[in-house]
Amino acid sequence: MQPLSDPSTSCTADTPCVDVMRSGHAACPGCGQAISMRLVLRAVGPRAIVVTVPSCVSVIAGPFPNAVADMPYYHAAFEVAAASAAGISNALKIQGKQDIPVLAFAGDGGTFDIGLQSLSGAADRNEDFIYVCFDNEGYMNTGIQVSSATPTYTWTGTTPTGNTRRKKQIMEIMAAHRIPYAATASIGFPEDLMQKVQKALDFRGTRFIHLLSPCNTGWKIPENMAPKVSTLAVETNVFPLYEIIDGLQYQITYHSKGLPVEEYLSVQGRYTHLTPEQIKSIQSETDRSWQALKQKSGRQSQLES
Amino acid sequence: MKQFITGNHAVAEAARSCRPGIVAAYPITPQTPIYEKLSEMEASGDLGGIMMRMESEHSSMAACISASLTGTRTFTATSSQGLALMHEMLHFASGARAPIVMACVNRTLALPWAFWSDQTDTLSQRDTGWMQIYVEHNQEALDSVLQAFRIAEEVLLPCMVVLEANFISHFMEPVDVPDQADVDRFLPEVSIPQRFDIDNPSYVGAVVSQTQYRDFKHLSQEAMYVALETAESVDQEFGSFFGRSYGLVEAQDLKDAELVLVTSATITSTARVALRQLREKGHKIGLVKIRLFRPFPTEHVRKLLDPVSKIAIIDRNISLGREGIFCAEVKAALCNSPVKKQIQGYLAGIGGTDVDVDLIQRIVLDALSREEFLDRPIWMKEE
Ligand SMILES: Cc1ncc(C[n+]2csc(CCOP(=O)(O)OP(=O)(O)O)c2C)c(N)n1
Ligand code: SF4
Ligand SMILES: [Mg+2]
Repeated sequence: MQPLSDPSTSCTADTPCVDVMRSGHAACPGCGQAISMRLVLRAVGPRAIVVTVPSCVSVIAGPFPNAVADMPYYHAAFEVAAASAAGISNALKIQGKQDIPVLAFAGDGGTFDIGLQSLSGAADRNEDFIYVCFDNEGYMNTGIQVSSATPTYTWTGTTPTGNTRRKKQIMEIMAAHRIPYAATASIGFPEDLMQKVQKALDFRGTRFIHLLSPCNTGWKIPENMAPKVSTLAVETNVFPLYEIIDGLQYQITYHSKGLPVEEYLSVQGRYTHLTPEQIKSIQSETDRSWQALKQKSGRQSQLES
Repeated sequence: MKQFITGNHAVAEAARSCRPGIVAAYPITPQTPIYEKLSEMEASGDLGGIMMRMESEHSSMAACISASLTGTRTFTATSSQGLALMHEMLHFASGARAPIVMACVNRTLALPWAFWSDQTDTLSQRDTGWMQIYVEHNQEALDSVLQAFRIAEEVLLPCMVVLEANFISHFMEPVDVPDQADVDRFLPEVSIPQRFDIDNPSYVGAVVSQTQYRDFKHLSQEAMYVALETAESVDQEFGSFFGRSYGLVEAQDLKDAELVLVTSATITSTARVALRQLREKGHKIGLVKIRLFRPFPTEHVRKLLDPVSKIAIIDRNISLGREGIFCAEVKAALCNSPVKKQIQGYLAGIGGTDVDVDLIQRIVLDALSREEFLDRPIWMKEE
């Protein structure tokens, strides 16, 4: 493993950053999820156990006998990322090895939909692991179908005229479990992302990272656009960066430029069918959510001051 | 020490004495008392391990699998709907070669809803790659849990210990609960592969090719054959430790038998009484109890039944559209037998209905006097 010269990390002299993820992953070229995974693993380092579930995350991990990282890896069933991670962390506890972090990696389908029950159960028990949801806003591994993380009006293979539902508020759901730490992150902001992962490492109990990870194939964007689109998602407030401590203390970690949502939508092929009214409605919904988040975060600041 | 306890309680005592690192469970009647008892033991410090109070059986099994792959001894218990919900993870457990032990309390599967003993729940998991031991009484339930850990950890396959609702789960019997020191000698400290070793990392569950998949399954099947030998030697060793052994298949009065009755689980106890009475009346009937169902002890069954020409088989379970599952399995085991056979399947006790001495005698007398043996099972009901 080579120490990185990449300055866009929060690594220090004491803990130099190394890329744990090997090159040659099996994802599509420029896949946002692969970049996400690389950053998360870089922040955690090699001494952790990773649970993945069916998703493009597990594709990235590679087919037998390849392995994407020199770490213990477990490819569990689709809906049990959290239960499986909990089994490992409890077993480690019995063995007196609590110092080894356990990571659960799942897609949005494996988190918002089919895995929500096991995630909720584990969060309720405050099981000791870091759960990273690699949200590409659809079932991509099975070829771009709608999930409950797909935003309104989005094209997918099962919403050919646009999604009629709203994106499920997974962060609110996790906050409602009062877990010690939850944060959103984006590969457009790698320092923020890695800092959050490292901050998560300092807590015990269930920690949750909601990581927006563009899928070039499903979002119909060019191969080199995943980081740029991720940046735009944040700068338009479509995907704000914030963290929640104990389910109560909200804190916005990056104050966006507040660009019009159209700048984010217009660069993606999955939104070419949008009418001006639909864009307007996405804008107003985005504004409303952003105001609500600011309020929660502001209330916190007032409490603290 | 002898205690007067239910089968569920006996199973909990057995599980505790095996010193599991992780128990992950979820309530369902009639298994729940096992979960409660183990929780009490955890609270009092007697369990030693961690009790994970899960949000479903599916997650319970998922946690057992990953904990087992981490290298801990794991135990769980369930019934009926819970077992059905686990189905996906049951294949996973055997595919991962995770030596989990699970007590399964047989209960009817909905619909219609009911709470009675019926073996269809566990038997319909027969192709999941789990070993299955069917027990006749509370003592055998306890003893089989101890044996199951030994067998599972030796061959690296998961094992179900199957006990019937009510008749075992809730009925009280005197049970010899072995001393901890004896259990520790019989079942040493857990030593199974630690698949998530941070210093020697491996990837469990990677995507494989067609030939690799086939070869993994071939290896598991080979392990099942090894398990037959292991189960037998563990049972014998158990006998020398504790003075009780059961065999994979048990035979009684076969020598002069004009007909052999094949049973499993609690119906066997009633059959023992029924056949004794018939023998007093001059009917020479043999009895074969099948204890190990997976791996299926074909050789043992053949050795006992090859010379026999008339067989009656009782099933408290059904594969709808076919027949009782023990019956189908025994028929299959005997298809290369040199002696031509007449085999009749009887469905008795389905839905937890009573299978009393009288009903078993009716079955036997029917089979004895029968001219034509039917391919379809005969439904036995109260007169
Ligand atoms: C129980 C079960 N149902 C369905 C599948 C098929 N399946 C595998 S991956 C996948 C899509 C995963 O979507 P997501 O979790 O969003 O991850 P992504 O592929 O988008 O990264 C599905 C539906 C499965 N493996 N298991
Ligand atoms: S389909 Fe999308 S998420 Fe999956 S590997 Fe390709 S770009 Fe990445
Ligand atoms: Mg997805």
